Amino acid sequence: MAVTLEKIPGQEERVILSMGPQHPSTHGVLRLVLELDGETVIRSLFDIGYLHTGFEKSFEALTYSQGITLTDRMDYLAPLSNNLGFCLAIEKLLDLEAPPRAQWTRVLLTELTRIQSHLVWLGSHALELGAMSVFLYCFREREDILRIFELVSGQRMMTSYFRVGGLALEPPLGWLRRVEKFVQMFPARLQEYEDLLTKNPIWLKRTVGIGTISAEDAVALSLSGPSLRASGVNWDIRKAEPYSSYEKFQFNVPTRPEGDVYARYLVRMDEMRESLKIVRQAMEGMPEGPIKANAPHVVLPDRESMKTSIEALIYHFKLVTEGFHPPVGEVYQTIESPRGEIGFYIVSDGSPKPYRCHVRAPSFGNLTTLLKIIEGRLLADVVACIASLDTVLGEIDR
Amino acid sequence: MPESLDNHPVLVRLREFDPEAVEEAREFRSEVTLYIRKGRLRSICEILRDAPGLNFKYLSDVTAVDLYPNEPRFEVVYHLLALDTFRRLRLKVRLPGDAPRVDSVVPVWPGANAFERETFDLLGIRFEGHPNLSRILLPEEWEGHPLRKDYPTTGYR
Repeated sequence: MAVTLEKIPGQEERVILSMGPQHPSTHGVLRLVLELDGETVIRSLFDIGYLHTGFEKSFEALTYSQGITLTDRMDYLAPLSNNLGFCLAIEKLLDLEAPPRAQWTRVLLTELTRIQSHLVWLGSHALELGAMSVFLYCFREREDILRIFELVSGQRMMTSYFRVGGLALEPPLGWLRRVEKFVQMFPARLQEYEDLLTKNPIWLKRTVGIGTISAEDAVALSLSGPSLRASGVNWDIRKAEPYSSYEKFQFNVPTRPEGDVYARYLVRMDEMRESLKIVRQAMEGMPEGPIKANAPHVVLPDRESMKTSIEALIYHFKLVTEGFHPPVGEVYQTIESPRGEIGFYIVSDGSPKPYRCHVRAPSFGNLTTLLKIIEGRLLADVVACIASLDTVLGEIDR
Repeated sequence: MPESLDNHPVLVRLREFDPEAVEEAREFRSEVTLYIRKGRLRSICEILRDAPGLNFKYLSDVTAVDLYPNEPRFEVVYHLLALDTFRRLRLKVRLPGDAPRVDSVVPVWPGANAFERETFDLLGIRFEGHPNLSRILLPEEWEGHPLRKDYPTTGYR
């Protein structure tokens, strides 16, 4: 039986509207059940799970390194952020640190991921409110970033590029020139989007004062990421609990006090500018050195040494057939993904496969807030509210 | 218990309030885990949220771990965060395998709503006092709780 809202006895009959799962503004397959009085939403609930494939159970059947491929497929708009969170969690478990060049490359690529993910958000947000051209521009720029991902990892989307202890491959020569080209081109493009939207009267009418949430409510409802910062809470994990050398980069954390759809829009636009700053710093200050930690029991040896060294061959065989054994224990590692706090809770029993791996998905945590902000609003605003929280159903359903 | 943890400010405050509530405290990779006695969970959570100097206003995550075939079988795990001191804390409650029931923390942190439903859906932990404890990811008529260790990954159930 499908999920639905029960009628409250003794109350007059109201329209129950099932919005989705195939609805153009749902970013996937989010179904909302809305109780309407005229066009005003009285009660609502969400129905999710259409994409549920049991990732958390699958983690238990795969070795730690194999698990990285699953993280790509959760939040398919930010695969590298997910790779990073998972790898950092395992590295914390192992008490291992990636070498500086790997860390800086990770920062550079996750910030490009943030821009790329925000571009998809901006494009679809605008499309849902009727601004078609922004969508096309955004996807044009996104393609440039995906080409950079393809250059370094061989894949546009399912990158699996970060590995425990470092990176999967040496990035190709001259890849930073491609990043450079993007960094030079992008600020003008960002301005172009802003010209189209920021002062556009239709855009303002659809977003200002819509879906407002106070800082106090946002914290109580476990809202995270740019949406939380748009309610005036200055909380960014990159600043508060720096990981992967973020403490060495200079950037601001954009916040807005209003907490409405427009504020969330402005915060994400500013965030793209800050990300660009970080990318530029990472590019200019990229350290020299290896891309993998010196930990033969965890990190795969390189091909050349396998041909000349028997130890390397043995380690390679052991790692591929069996995997590595982390100590018994549990860790919770969070990073700032484009959508908010993504957390990996890993319980190890000392075997090469995680005993339990739980993912705290930011979109899942933000979903409770959605019901709160559409309450008492018009049906048309529901679309703007969903878009402004930037939900990705892949990571909600996992 | 290591010496350093006994003087941990959070633990000291909680012991002041209720000396019995914390069963055990552990530290691994500088993450602190407190095992809370089952019946005290909600009052402890209220203290953690409201007491000045603790201020764990933000609930990051709720989940559970199945330790089958050991008893007590389940551990419900809460990850808390204090936004002003950047401090994180992990709470755990041990539950028996035959009746895994614990007080819901939705009255303390409304954000727990979806997380508790997920934990109920996938692990079968019952959160008492939850406003709408129903399946969230799986269909309503689904049988069993897939993240339990006695639930097979392949073949027929």
